[in-house]
Amino acid sequence: MTSILKPPVIHPSLPKNALGLTRRDYEGAMSTLCAGCGHDSVTAALVQAFWELDVPPHRAAKMSGIGCSSKTTAYFMRQSHGFNGVHGRMPSLATGANAANRDLVYVGVSGDGDSLSIGLGQLCHAIRRSVNLLYVLENNGVYGLTKGQFSASADVGSTSKKGEANEQPPIDPVLLALSLGATFVGRSFSGDKAQLVPILKAALRHRGFAFVDVISPCVSFNDHVGSTKSYRYTREHYESLAPVDFVPVRQEITAAQDAAVTTVRMHDGSLVRFRKTDDTYDPTDRDAAYAHVRKHQEVGEIVTGLLYIDEDARDLHALNHTATTPLVDLPYADLCPGNTALQALQDEYR
Amino acid sequence: MEPTNVSDPRYYHKVVDCQWACPAHTNVPEYIRLIAQGRYTDSYMLNRVSNVFPGILGRTCDRPCEPACRRGRVDGKPVAICRLKRVAADLRDDVRDRLPQVPAKKNGKRVALVGAGPSSLTVANDLMPLGYECVIYEKLNQAGGLMRYNIPAFRLPHSVLDEEVDNILNMGVDIRYGTPVASLKGLLDEGYDAVFIGSGAPKGKELDIPGRWDSKTVHIGIEWLGSVHFGHIEKIEPRVLIIGVGNTAMDCCRTSKRLGGTDIKVIARRSRQYFKASPWELEDAEEEGIEIVENHAPKRFVVEQGRLVGMEFERLEWTEEGGRQKSRVLETVVIPCDAVILAIGQENAFPWIERDIGLEFDPKWDMPIVDKQTFQSTRPGVFFGGDAAWGPENIIWAVEHGHQAAISIHNHCQGVPVTERPPDGMNLVSAKLGMHAWSYHNDYNPSPRAKMQHEELVKRFSDVSVEVELGFTPEQTAHEVQRCLNCDIETHFTDRLCIECDACIDVCPVNCLTIAPERGSEAELREHLSAPATNAAQALYVSPPLPQTKRLMLKDEDICLHCGLCAERCPTAAWDMRKFDLIRPYAGRSAS
Repeated sequence: MTSILKPPVIHPSLPKNALGLTRRDYEGAMSTLCAGCGHDSVTAALVQAFWELDVPPHRAAKMSGIGCSSKTTAYFMRQSHGFNGVHGRMPSLATGANAANRDLVYVGVSGDGDSLSIGLGQLCHAIRRSVNLLYVLENNGVYGLTKGQFSASADVGSTSKKGEANEQPPIDPVLLALSLGATFVGRSFSGDKAQLVPILKAALRHRGFAFVDVISPCVSFNDHVGSTKSYRYTREHYESLAPVDFVPVRQEITAAQDAAVTTVRMHDGSLVRFRKTDDTYDPTDRDAAYAHVRKHQEVGEIVTGLLYIDEDARDLHALNHTATTPLVDLPYADLCPGNTALQALQDEYR
Repeated sequence: MEPTNVSDPRYYHKVVDCQWACPAHTNVPEYIRLIAQGRYTDSYMLNRVSNVFPGILGRTCDRPCEPACRRGRVDGKPVAICRLKRVAADLRDDVRDRLPQVPAKKNGKRVALVGAGPSSLTVANDLMPLGYECVIYEKLNQAGGLMRYNIPAFRLPHSVLDEEVDNILNMGVDIRYGTPVASLKGLLDEGYDAVFIGSGAPKGKELDIPGRWDSKTVHIGIEWLGSVHFGHIEKIEPRVLIIGVGNTAMDCCRTSKRLGGTDIKVIARRSRQYFKASPWELEDAEEEGIEIVENHAPKRFVVEQGRLVGMEFERLEWTEEGGRQKSRVLETVVIPCDAVILAIGQENAFPWIERDIGLEFDPKWDMPIVDKQTFQSTRPGVFFGGDAAWGPENIIWAVEHGHQAAISIHNHCQGVPVTERPPDGMNLVSAKLGMHAWSYHNDYNPSPRAKMQHEELVKRFSDVSVEVELGFTPEQTAHEVQRCLNCDIETHFTDRLCIECDACIDVCPVNCLTIAPERGSEAELREHLSAPATNAAQALYVSPPLPQTKRLMLKDEDICLHCGLCAERCPTAAWDMRKFDLIRPYAGRSAS
């Protein structure tokens, strides 16, 4: 919480994007989360990513459910569309919205409780349906809103604030997404915007379900010694994959390609460049990605970076043969062809 | 990169732009807060510590603080610092029982002060409470120096001047009116322990061009203002030209307007951007219907049958060539007039200082050689200050000279080297009162700068002593005090507490914070911030390496609003808002 709103004053050298907007123009309401909450940094990274991509705020829709994480959609892009729904049901809302209007940019923000406990089934089916959505899972390993009980992502041996150790094995959201066939899977850390922002940008440009798990420490209930999701622990066990550059279409560099750079071309022509991979990691090999995350997990390392990307997959619209025009833009006669057309359709099934 | 040393009082002092820019380093934000709390007397007394004449300066100061004010960089208009000072002076209670007490038992040291202007009065103000016996020699019959005879009463009422001057004289100063010093040697022979020369720059510059001496209606600005003050001159001819465009010229033209001048023009050699007068004084003159004529160089006075009828000028065009301004004459014009007032500057004159008493003069300027730090001449025990030291400045500089000279005089009389200057000190105390409660009002107030109300034109021209500025209304004061950004409530960073959660960086409304890896130089760091720090005049704070990643916390001080959001969002109180108090030493009072 803060006692005042952000003053409406900006730095004179604050840059503007192609729309003539500054980062401040992508902000939302003042956060009421705890001071130092990782979620606020994720919010700032989303602001940065949307601003850098020149997304007009009114062409985006923000979806969320319940939890500390789900409050954060209120804290960025106050001009955007948004729906704050029932606990764990954000994927359904996003699916419906996405089906109805394919032209908006969708971002869903959820947490480890909202996604891995009450909403686990919802998450799985959104992945399966390849909803065209950036799905951010703000992962802190605890139920912060109810004072710090272990969540489904808490590691075995991680201790609560009072010192009690967790014994139940966690659900790893990245392995879950990989195994369910998600076409874009990343993991990052709220304290590392240099890595997080390019991943979010690539995810926003991905056609299909883009899943980003963000370690986002709970400063009030899970930032102590013994926690495996604290700022310090995350930094000490941080295993960053190849650093990622996101190159939008208009900035494409035509210079000779560096041999140490792997480039993935996205469907809209923009590029994701993976730099200085010191092993033979291939971000387009699902099995290798799964094995890599598992291997490092065994030795207690948190692999971060853009782990897997498949730009050839079909999204919700391709799978379901939806109309190419958003429903809102369809002429009424097409949207509701009338009783005669309905009768004709029903006759087909008789 | 060396981490910033915030235990050096200069670092946080520089963040308080107004206080840093003020020659006397008045604690502006604190006195504005005291006004906000209705503590006018406390505000006045805080002012008096450093600037000695709050009522006078609240009306007449050259305001170096205002162009420096952070608020100017934020919304283009600085806080009306000067006129808030006047609010404190106007609304305060009697302060006589709070003035420095003078001991009955003297310390046996006698100091002679030449001239009763602001610098000498400040020396007396600082030395009297220490037990010194101060003797002021004043050639006129009233004290105040240029504050009295150069600043017209419509800007500075006599009652305000009298009270603040008397507050010092009533400490028991031995003031000898009508006693010009004819010989410094003679004065020294009287056995004073120290002599301070604060005799000003009393000689108006002459303009010796053809026709200068052929009529009786050409005046020297400061002498003419003096004559008006003493009642020797009560009217002026209808058409008046003022030559020069400094603040004295503004006083001359506006005074002329009140003495019968109807067609008054101020003539400047150059264009407006080079005018010496403060912008607000130009505005005030123009409001009174005075015309300001640019780019005219005087050539001769046109006199017919012993009567001034006009003045001839060359109209100039200025161009820049290789960084230097060059002029070209376009034409010659005659502007008709009945009187001319010359306000083209002032000079020092020391005919009364013998050149063989060990007090060296600079042969080029014929000015005494005075040390910039100690204010001592080359003859130990003889000190200079105010306009007498290095030529015309303004009142607030004269006051600061007086404070510094008083320290030197005290040292000199106590057998301490005058070069031994007591250092500045500081207090730094957390402004935190509770969860999100601060000892200051941290919310940003978007109000525009209050506009000073002026007496209506007809009324103000009725008499030279009708004060033009009416002062702020209570509503204006209430708004204006909240425009102050409280720069003295400093953002203080404790590196070892930082967990690098980015909360402060994300919340800062003006993007002045960055956590970044070390780079080779400050210039490089400045390029790689959340928003590039392009104003090199403002400091960049650099923390020691942070505990978790060894990166650095960086803060561009340029337009920090001191809103405290970084501290409110900081989970570990690594950022804290701390109230900075600069403690300045004065004669006999060290900062510690």
